[in-house]
Amino acid sequence: MQFDPFVIPFNIGLYFILFYAVIRSIIWFRDLSRPDKLRLQRGFFGRAFGQSLKEIFLESLIHKKILKTNSRLGYMHMSLAFGWFLLILFGTIEADFFGEKHLNPPYKSIFFRFFNPDHGRTELEAAYAFLMDIILAFILSGLVLAIIKRFSSKVVGMKKTTRLKTIDKIALTSLWVIFPARLIAESLTSGAYGTGSFLTGTLGGWLVTFLPAKQVAYPFWWLYSLSLGTFFLLLPLTRYLHIPTELFLIFMRNSGIRTGDKAGSFSEVQVYSCSSCGICIDQCQMNYAAGINDMQSAYLIKAIRNNEDTSMIAHNCLMCSRCDQKCPVGIELSAIRMIQRRSVEAENEFKNIWKGYFRKRNNIAQEKVNGQPAYKYLPEINSEKADILYFAGCMTHLTPAIKKSMIKILDASGLNWSFIDEEGGVCCGRPLMLAGNDKEARELINYNSQLIWKSGAHTLVTSCPICYKVFKESYYIDVEVLHHTQYIKNLIDEGAVKMNFLHKRVAYHTPCELGRNSGIYKEPKDVIRHVAILENTGYDDENSLCCGGSLGNLKISHQKKHQIALDAAARLTTKNPEALITACPLCKKTFLSATETRVADIAEIVAEAIITPQARKRQYQHSLSVKESADIS
Amino acid sequence: MEKFGFTLSKGRVINYDSNDRSIADYILQMEPSFRSCIECGACAATCTAGNFTEFSLREFNILMKRGENDQVREHIRKCMLCGKCSLVCPRGVNTRNVIVLAKEAFQKSESYAI
Repeated sequence: MQFDPFVIPFNIGLYFILFYAVIRSIIWFRDLSRPDKLRLQRGFFGRAFGQSLKEIFLESLIHKKILKTNSRLGYMHMSLAFGWFLLILFGTIEADFFGEKHLNPPYKSIFFRFFNPDHGRTELEAAYAFLMDIILAFILSGLVLAIIKRFSSKVVGMKKTTRLKTIDKIALTSLWVIFPARLIAESLTSGAYGTGSFLTGTLGGWLVTFLPAKQVAYPFWWLYSLSLGTFFLLLPLTRYLHIPTELFLIFMRNSGIRTGDKAGSFSEVQVYSCSSCGICIDQCQMNYAAGINDMQSAYLIKAIRNNEDTSMIAHNCLMCSRCDQKCPVGIELSAIRMIQRRSVEAENEFKNIWKGYFRKRNNIAQEKVNGQPAYKYLPEINSEKADILYFAGCMTHLTPAIKKSMIKILDASGLNWSFIDEEGGVCCGRPLMLAGNDKEARELINYNSQLIWKSGAHTLVTSCPICYKVFKESYYIDVEVLHHTQYIKNLIDEGAVKMNFLHKRVAYHTPCELGRNSGIYKEPKDVIRHVAILENTGYDDENSLCCGGSLGNLKISHQKKHQIALDAAARLTTKNPEALITACPLCKKTFLSATETRVADIAEIVAEAIITPQARKRQYQHSLSVKESADIS
Repeated sequence: MEKFGFTLSKGRVINYDSNDRSIADYILQMEPSFRSCIECGACAATCTAGNFTEFSLREFNILMKRGENDQVREHIRKCMLCGKCSLVCPRGVNTRNVIVLAKEAFQKSESYAI
C-alpha cells in the first residue's frame, strides 16, 4: 500500500471538512420552515436541480458575473476556482487511470507525483502530465494576481478591497502556500527522476543542478499537505466557507426559497456565501461620494459572521440596493440588513474560537419597548367615500408643487377622487420599518388601512415611492395601489387626459424605492416621453443612483448626505438637460439644493403640459366658431 | 384658616448639578449634530405627530439638555420617524437619530425604562 506519514495533515483536514459539511447541512435543513423544506424537496426532483448545476458551473467555477463586471478580478476568481476544480478532477482521473489500482483514497490523487515519481515517461503519460502542468500554471497565474491585489487593489481594477481579520490572514496564507508548495514539491520529485512536463520538468531540471532534489522534495510535500490541512481546518471560521456554501445557496434559491424578514437558515447560508470580493464596496455611493468606507455590505456580513455588534453598520446605509444588484453571488443584502436592524444586539461570542464553528443565530428582537401602543392619540377615523384615493405622503407635503400638480391632474381626469391626507395625514409606516421598529409601524399601518377601507375606494394613488412600497408590500388592503407615474400612464393610455408636447430635453432620475426596490422602471419613462424628450444619463434603470436623501440611513450626517447629492446630481446632469425629472418628493427635495438645473417631479411636467377640460372646451368652442364663421362666409 | 385661592407657586429653579443630564449626554455623544440646534422650532412646525398631539422636538431638546426628562419620556414614543423635521432643519441636525437615540437612552437607563 502506498502511504507516507506526510499525508496525515491533509487527511485530517479533508475528513474534518467533509464531516463538518454534513453536520452543517443537516442543521440548516432542520432549521428551515416547513414550506421551505417542501420547496427544497420539490426542487431536488424538479427543474431547479438542473438549473442549479448549470448556475454552479457558471457562477461558482467560471464566475461569469464577476468576469462581466471586472474581467481581471473575474479571471483571478476563475483561475483559482475553476483551476482547482480541474486539478482535482483530472488528478482523480490520473490516479485512477495511471495509478496502481482503481478507486483510490483522495490523498493518492492529490500527492500522485510523490507516489508515482516515474509517471510521465510514455507518450500518453507525458501528454497527461502536460495537461496537469497547464492547469497548475493556470491556477498560479490567478494566485499571482491575488497576491498583487492584496497589496495594490487597483491592479485588478478594484478601488478598494476588504480588510481581513487575523484568522482570515492565516487561512489566506495557507491558501497562498498550497499551490507554490505543490509546484516546488512536484518539480523536485520530477527533477530527481527526470520526469515532469514543461513547468514541473523544466523547473525540476534546473533545481536538481544545485540541490539534492530527493531530500529537499520531502519537506515540500509535508508543506503542501500541511497547508491543505490548515486551510480545511480553518475554512469554517473564515470567508472561505463561501466555497462550499455557495452551492447550497444556488440550489436553495433556485428552489424558490427567499430571505423573508427573520433570520433563519437561508439568511445564514447567504451570510456564509459572501466571498468578500468587494464589488459592493466599489458600487456604494457612500464610499465613493462621501468617503464612508466601513459599513458596506461585505463588512456587515463579516460582522454578522463574527457575532459583532452590527447596530451601527446596519443602520448606516441608504438602502438604495445598488449592492444587491451587483452582488455576483446574488445575496439579498438589503433583506439581510433589514433583519439586522430588527434584531437585538448580538453577544460577542467569537472570543471563544470553538463557537465560531457553530455560530449561534441572532435572536429576533422580542419587543424593544413595552406593549403600550404608541399612537393612541390619533384621531377617530372618518373618511370620505370616493372611488380613487390620493395619499400624498409626508414628503409630498414638503414639496407642495407636486401636490398641486397632482390635484390638477386628478381634477382633469374627471374621476371621483378624494385627498385623504389633505390636512396632513399619518405616516405610512415605512420610515419606522426602516429603523427596525416593525411593531410601531404596524400600528400606523392598521390606522391607515382602516382609513382606506372605510372610504370604499378601489384605487389608491400615492406620490411618494416610500409610501408606495409599504402600501404595496405590507398593507393588507383590497385596493389597487398605484404610484402617480403608473396612474398618469393609465390616464394617458385610456385617453382620459390630453397633453401638449413640451419640446424640452430632460434627464430622468429613477428613485431607489420606485426602481430597484419596487421594480417600476417603464411607466415613468413612458410618461416623460409623452411630454418631453428623454435623454439617457448612463445611470438608468437598475444602475440608477441614490439621491443621498434616503430615509433608510439613520446615522449619516447632513454634510455627507449633501456630498452624495452633489455627486449624484453632477453625474445625472453631465449632458446639461433642461430639467432633471424624478418621481419622488424626497429625491426632488434633496436635488434642489445640489444642482443648478431645474429639478421637477413627473407630476409637475405633466401638469404643465396637460390640457384641462375647461381648456379643451374652449378649444372646441373656438373650432366651432371658426367653423360657423366659415359657414357664414 | 380661610382659603383665598392663593398658593405658593412651585420653584422653577433649574439645578444643573442635581438634574440628570445623562440622556442628553448620551445623544450628544452619539449624534454630535444635536449640539448645533438653535431651537428655531422648524421641526415642531412641520411635525406629522405634532399635527395631532402635543409633540415638539424643540421643547424636548431644551428639556433633555436641562435634564428634565420626565415629560420627554412620556411623549417620545409618539414620533413616527417620518423625517420631515430633518429635511426642514436649517442646521442639519440629524433629528431622526436624536429621537431614536433618546428612546435607546431611556431604554438603557434603569430609572427611566419606557
